[in-house]
Amino acid sequence: MEGSYWDLVLLVMEVWLFVVLGLIVLPAMFGVSLGFTDLYIKVLVKILEWATRRIQRGQKEQDTLPAHLPNGIIERNDDSMEEQIVELRRSHPKFHSVGDFTLCDAFYFCKKGIESIVDDEVTQRFTSEELVSWNLLTRTNINFHYISVRVTIIWGLGLFIRYCILLPLRVTLAAIGLSWLVIGTTLVGLLPNSNVKNWLSDVIHMTCYRICARGLSARIRYHSKENRPKKGGICVANHTSPIDIVILANDGCYAMVGQIHGGLMGVIQRSMVRSCPHVWFERSEMKDRHAVAKRLKDHIADKSKQPILIFPEGTCINNTSVMMFKKGSFEIGGTIYPVAIKYDPQFGDAFWNSGKYNMVSYLLRMMTSWAIVCNVWYLPPMSIQDGEDAVHFANRVKSAIALQGGLMDLSWDGGLKREKVKQSFKEEQQKMYSSMIVGQD
Amino acid sequence: MGSTSSTLSKIPNAEELSQETGFTSAHLARLFERFEALDKDKKGYLSPQDFEAIKELALNPICDRIIGAFFSSGQEMLDFSSFVRILAHFRPIDNNRPKEPNSPDPINSRINKLKFAFQLYDQDKDGKISRNELLQVLRAMLEKQVTEEQLESIADRTIQEADLDRDDAISFEEFRKSLEKVNIDHKMSIRFLR
Repeated sequence: MEGSYWDLVLLVMEVWLFVVLGLIVLPAMFGVSLGFTDLYIKVLVKILEWATRRIQRGQKEQDTLPAHLPNGIIERNDDSMEEQIVELRRSHPKFHSVGDFTLCDAFYFCKKGIESIVDDEVTQRFTSEELVSWNLLTRTNINFHYISVRVTIIWGLGLFIRYCILLPLRVTLAAIGLSWLVIGTTLVGLLPNSNVKNWLSDVIHMTCYRICARGLSARIRYHSKENRPKKGGICVANHTSPIDIVILANDGCYAMVGQIHGGLMGVIQRSMVRSCPHVWFERSEMKDRHAVAKRLKDHIADKSKQPILIFPEGTCINNTSVMMFKKGSFEIGGTIYPVAIKYDPQFGDAFWNSGKYNMVSYLLRMMTSWAIVCNVWYLPPMSIQDGEDAVHFANRVKSAIALQGGLMDLSWDGGLKREKVKQSFKEEQQKMYSSMIVGQD
Repeated sequence: MGSTSSTLSKIPNAEELSQETGFTSAHLARLFERFEALDKDKKGYLSPQDFEAIKELALNPICDRIIGAFFSSGQEMLDFSSFVRILAHFRPIDNNRPKEPNSPDPINSRINKLKFAFQLYDQDKDGKISRNELLQVLRAMLEKQVTEEQLESIADRTIQEADLDRDDAISFEEFRKSLEKVNIDHKMSIRFLR
């Protein structure tokens, strides 16, 4: 009896492996899609629409949901400081529109202050976007309460499918993909430098990323492929999560830039660099901006090397907006190829809230979402113009990306996640107010 | 199934707080999440530094006074109930709530909103805004942009207009009278969108 039990287990594992290799890994190697993901997504969309209609029926007695959730949880008055203070003073018995101070002026600042305590534009960008209708993942359920037995059953079924069927499949794929990358690149690294080596290295990298993309059930649409980054250029994109790299590398080979980590990440990084040149820095080197710039300059000067991939925001933002681009990448010279990445939050929230989740829990969340659906737009290449400084150029690129991706263009620095506001910003507010009180000087 | 219920269970005395402040349970849940988001070191209470870390607040010329309003009794730890009680001042006035004759004013009544604003000026809490206190607020709002003489003349003019009993200070009654016609409900209220 024992023997036949183990035989059964072995048989199941063999079938499983065959399915995985045959139907997923092999097609991935040749860049062929068997259309499973598309079918899956179609079915998913139908189910989610059904669930939404059920929820809306259940909520008829409650307030109607707006078609598109505004950003933020409180109503904001976006009129300028001057307009709002004049409004305030309108009902004052001695109405002065300019010049003079009135006691009620403080109300404006007080209200703005309390508003920012309840909800501020910057912190908002570092929490996940909320959905209008529920997508059957508990983690996105703040506004949605218990609806009906049927929805609960579907949700339970969804939970089972996600954790017991999809998760093991995805983990297997990720493991295969990463080990393939490490082994493959190490082997290719042994070859002498030649065209064959470069071609093989490209194949290995692409295959691994394709397998990883399958491991996330990612459905990626690339637009304007004619603008794809070319060798000797710099590819610049908005940053939402580490998965951005997998998304972009599915359609081209890039040289990565980053810090060398320890552990598994370090192993992967070190083996990758054996087969094709990436730019990895030690932690101490990162502080020396000139050294960093020099290495990047040398890389793009060599036209045989892959384009560099940089995320100028410096940190993960929640994909509703684009924050300040750090000017460092724009001072190196060379052509900039902007890329806009927009995830569809309906199927899974790709944003990595590094304060809240560490890498492992984040990957677990990714692999138990329904799918990762995203759009990638390749924008026409841009270069710095005569007389333009790096900051202005960076803002130009940022606006182009924000426009294409339908994201809000903010000038806040993503680094504000961790640092304090500069004194000069506060002085600007004081200047604005004083020009109302005493008039322009 | 909703995570609102799990958030609510973390709030001590959620029912009483909701009664006292008038916030619905959904709004309380959101404010609790905001509280936890501001409490970056997970201490379970907020300190003045947590408020200073809010970028938009740090820009505000009177940010110190606003933060001071939360920590009014001199303590350095703000728990969730106190946080919500202060924010309750900014709830829109409910005109539909029947007013029982002997019950105290709700936290967000017109008078209480005015008292909150008054307290921003009256830092030593003696019930009057002295000329000096007014100067301090003006300095905070205008700092290097105007000269000291201009500040003094603005302060003098303001006191002249509002001070009815000629004691060279603005009492709460005088403050209230001078702002009689201002739509306090609109200007000192924050509406939740969801």
